[in-house]
Amino acid sequence: MPERARKIRVSCVLNGSASSFEAHPMARLLDVLREDLKLTGTKEGCGEGECGACSIEMDGVLVNSCLVPALQAQGAKIRTIEGVAIGESLHAVQQAFIAHGGAQCGICTPGMILAALNLLARHPEPDDAQIREGLSGNLCRCTGYMKIFESVVAAVRRAETGA
Amino acid sequence: MRAYLPAYEMETPQDLAAALERLAAESGVWKPFAGGTDLMVLLEAGKLPHKKFLNIWNLEELRGIEVRTEHVTLGALTTYAEVQRNETLAREFPLLCRAAAATGSVATQNRGTLGGNIANASPAADSPPVLVVYDAEIEIVSAGGARWVHYASFHTEYKKMNLHAGELIRRIRLTRKHAGWKQYFRKVGTRRAQAISKICFAAAARMEAGRIADVRIAVGSVAPIVLHAVRVEESLRGQRPGDAVLQAAQDALSAEITPVDDMRSTARYRRQVARNLLGEFLEVLAG
Repeated sequence: MPERARKIRVSCVLNGSASSFEAHPMARLLDVLREDLKLTGTKEGCGEGECGACSIEMDGVLVNSCLVPALQAQGAKIRTIEGVAIGESLHAVQQAFIAHGGAQCGICTPGMILAALNLLARHPEPDDAQIREGLSGNLCRCTGYMKIFESVVAAVRRAETGA
Repeated sequence: MRAYLPAYEMETPQDLAAALERLAAESGVWKPFAGGTDLMVLLEAGKLPHKKFLNIWNLEELRGIEVRTEHVTLGALTTYAEVQRNETLAREFPLLCRAAAATGSVATQNRGTLGGNIANASPAADSPPVLVVYDAEIEIVSAGGARWVHYASFHTEYKKMNLHAGELIRRIRLTRKHAGWKQYFRKVGTRRAQAISKICFAAAARMEAGRIADVRIAVGSVAPIVLHAVRVEESLRGQRPGDAVLQAAQDALSAEITPVDDMRSTARYRRQVARNLLGEFLEVLAG
C-alpha cells in the first residue's frame, strides 16, 4: 500500500460565513465544495481547467476550482454561485440571464455568472470586447453564447441606467 | 484513472528558508507546487507520479514585481494576471504582457505563474519565447546559496533543465534595454482564448537607419525546447528588411526548427506558419 497522507482541517470563509472541512491536502476544491459541503451549484465540466464550469472566486479572483488543491483554500475567502443571490432575491446578473435566455441546460451557468461578476468587479462598465474576453474561459456546450453575452450586456446596461 | 488521493502529501512551509531547508533535507522527495494549473490536471488524469509537494503559493519572497533603474525583477510566483497589470512591463516589455494575455483563460491567468511556466518546461508554453527574446536571467536558490543563469540556456532538452533537486526558481530579471526596439508576438492556436499553441513566435529588433542593428527571435512548439533562432538572427543582423533578406531568413529558420506532428498540429503546418510569422515580423520592421 502506498503511504497514506492524513486528511487536514482547512478553515476558510465561504460565501461570507466561517467554514471548515477535512480533506486530503490535494483533494480538488471542486470536490470538497460539491461532495463534502454539499454546494452542488459549482459544476464539473472538463476537470482540466479548459471549460470554466467550476469557476469560483477565491480571494477576489476567478479560479477554476478543479485546479485548486484543498490545502490552498486555507484562510481563503471563497464565493460560489450559492453566495451570489442576496437573500431570496437574485443578483441583477442572474436576473438578466433569466430574462435574456442566458441559461439553457444550465451546466455552464454558475461558472458563467461567476465569470461575469468577476469581470464586472474589475471593469464596472465593460465594452463588448472586455465582456467577450471575460467570458472566454467558459464554454457552453449548448452553444448559447450570444444569449449569454446579451445577458451580461443587459445587466451592465441595467446597472448603468439604474433601471 | 483518477489519482488515489491519500497517496499524495502536501505541506506549507512557513517561509522560503524553511522551504529550501526541506528541499535540501530530503533531496528529490519534495517538489514545489505553485498555482497548480499544470500539476492538478496531471493529478486528475492519474498521471502525477510524484507524491510529495511543498505548497509555495504563499511564499512572499517569491512574489512581487520590482522596478529598478537597470532591471525589472519578477518573483517566480508572479501570475499572468499580475504581469498584465504592470505599467512598466506594458511599456517596455509588451511581449511579456501579450504572452500572459494569450496564456489560458482569466482563471488560469490568476493562478498560473511565470516560475511554474518555466519549471513545467513545456515547449508549447507562451512566456518562454518572450523570456528568450528579452534575454531574461533567472535566479535559482537552494539551501546552499543562489545563482543566476540566462534563461536562454536553462532548458537543455525536452523537459530537461538546469535545475537540480533542492533548487527553486526564485525570480526572473529583465534588463531594461528594449524600450526603443520594435517588438512582435504572435501565438497561433485553434482558438484565440484558452487554446495551447500550435506555434508561438516572439521577436524584437533594434533598428538603425532602416537596418536591423540587433535582433532576438524565439519560437515555441517547433523543437523539444523553446527555440532561440540564432541562425535566423545572424542572417538578419545588419540587413535592411526586404524580399531577399526575408527569403534567406526563412530558409535559415526552416533549417533551424524541428517541429513534429502531434495532437495540436502538424509539422508541415508549423513549418509554413513559422515562415509566415517571420515574414510578418519583417513587415513590422519595415513599416
